[in-house]
Amino acid sequence: MIEYLQILGQEIYKIIFLLVPILVSVAMIVWLDRRVWGLVQKRRGPNVVGPFGLFQTLADALKYIFKEIIIPASANKVVFILAPIVTMTLALVAWAVIPMSENLVLADINVGILYLFAVSSLGVYGIIMGGWASNSKYPFLGAIRSAAQMVSYEVSIGIIIINVLLCVGSLNLNEIVIAQKELWYVIPLFPMFVIFFISALAETNRPPFDLPEAEAELVAGYQTEYSGMMYAMFWLGEYANILLMCAMGSILFLGGWLPIMDVYPLNAIPAPLWMILKILFLFLLFALIKAIVPRYRYDQLMRLGWKIFLPFSLIYLVLTASFLFYFDKLPKVSI
Amino acid sequence: MIVHSIFFYFFSVIAIFSSLMVITSRSTINSVFFLILDFISVGCLFIMVGAEFLGMILLIVYVGAVAVLFLFVVMMLNVAEQKQSWFIGKKSTHIPTGLIVSVLILLELLVVVGGWKYKEDVMSSSTLILSNVSNTHQLGLVMYTDYILYFQLAGVVLLLAMIGAILLTFRERVGVKKQSYINQISRNPSSSIELVEAKSNQGVKVDD
Repeated sequence: MIEYLQILGQEIYKIIFLLVPILVSVAMIVWLDRRVWGLVQKRRGPNVVGPFGLFQTLADALKYIFKEIIIPASANKVVFILAPIVTMTLALVAWAVIPMSENLVLADINVGILYLFAVSSLGVYGIIMGGWASNSKYPFLGAIRSAAQMVSYEVSIGIIIINVLLCVGSLNLNEIVIAQKELWYVIPLFPMFVIFFISALAETNRPPFDLPEAEAELVAGYQTEYSGMMYAMFWLGEYANILLMCAMGSILFLGGWLPIMDVYPLNAIPAPLWMILKILFLFLLFALIKAIVPRYRYDQLMRLGWKIFLPFSLIYLVLTASFLFYFDKLPKVSI
Repeated sequence: MIVHSIFFYFFSVIAIFSSLMVITSRSTINSVFFLILDFISVGCLFIMVGAEFLGMILLIVYVGAVAVLFLFVVMMLNVAEQKQSWFIGKKSTHIPTGLIVSVLILLELLVVVGGWKYKEDVMSSSTLILSNVSNTHQLGLVMYTDYILYFQLAGVVLLLAMIGAILLTFRERVGVKKQSYINQISRNPSSSIELVEAKSNQGVKVDD
């Protein structure tokens, strides 16, 4: 029993060392997002609090903490409070399996990619619960939109993941990274990378797919009735999810923690730094797209998901499988 | 080992409690939430006995997709506050029906488990089941070799169900303006702009 408690203590220590950097980097990434958005629109962006405005997010968080939490009188109180907690917990819990280097991973489980997929498909509950419990029309409409959107785009993300898994032959995230030592999958599976990226935009409700919170039609969608700390939790969860999608994209297609080439000055840079650089690169794309692309109409969004992405990724799946089969490149099971 | 059994009982107690709450809770929304909790704890039980692939698939399929649709239907149909007269008031017609269904399911389970015990080589596979490859690999090795027929049949059944659902809800809508992407893209000024000389006091007739 005491041995077990010791193991538990060590695990908690590790978890804290995983969570604190993620929360800090979420704060920094919000600043980066606003900064890029500002630069594209020829504004300065947040630049007042701290050097280059770096502490802007911390100031915002402090403001949210000291604001009053208002719960609408007709809301379902339990579900209303539970919704932001669910969103944030799910966004943080998925980071347990992300490998930052070969050994630097909290839980190296066999079905890592399935775990990531499962957790990201649970993310829709926070939004539905928040929208329904608010008992108001705009949050409810936003929640319904977002549920339909996230469920549709999950399907194509699933098929893209199957594409990569066909080439790897394992569900373990570290093995997916190691399988890309020769060639990053972004080269042979480039169309899948593009579709994954667009689906990730839709899955995290980012512009141009931010219909759940389209401010022109729905005030702020599912988070209309939220205030103070609970709003901040939705917001943190959203950005942690975006970072997670970037991490997933860099593991599946950009070779995770591997350097670009295995030559001296490049492979001297530590592996976690490569992973962070790739996540940052994908996030910069996310931030640029937020600034330069107008919002989709709802039926166009559904058409793109079901009539274009799904058939295309299915056809590409058949192509990948036939290519691997014909050239005898299917991954072998070590028996 | 003791920790393992503590976790096992923890998850099973949650699973049983939430499945009881599914049928006894007053509001339908809460029932659905307890159903989701039930799915999650059963998924955890799967992972605890080492069937991690099945546990994750349960989470993805049931919690991530099926239960979302349940929640959707319950929220849209506004059956949130259904009065349940369980043991009080006038007699309910649900209880006899439910009893019949549950007795039938119990009998079926008995038959299946009994038959499985009786004829043991029903479940054994000609493909050797190896202990040193992961759970997922084993499933793949067995499912696409020995049980390929059942796998394909299950796929056909699901496809039929999908086509049936689409047919049930499909209806021809009249008077709906649809956007044709091809027409929209292939428009050019010469085919869509026309210069009209408007006479005074007569105006122009524009046909839409």
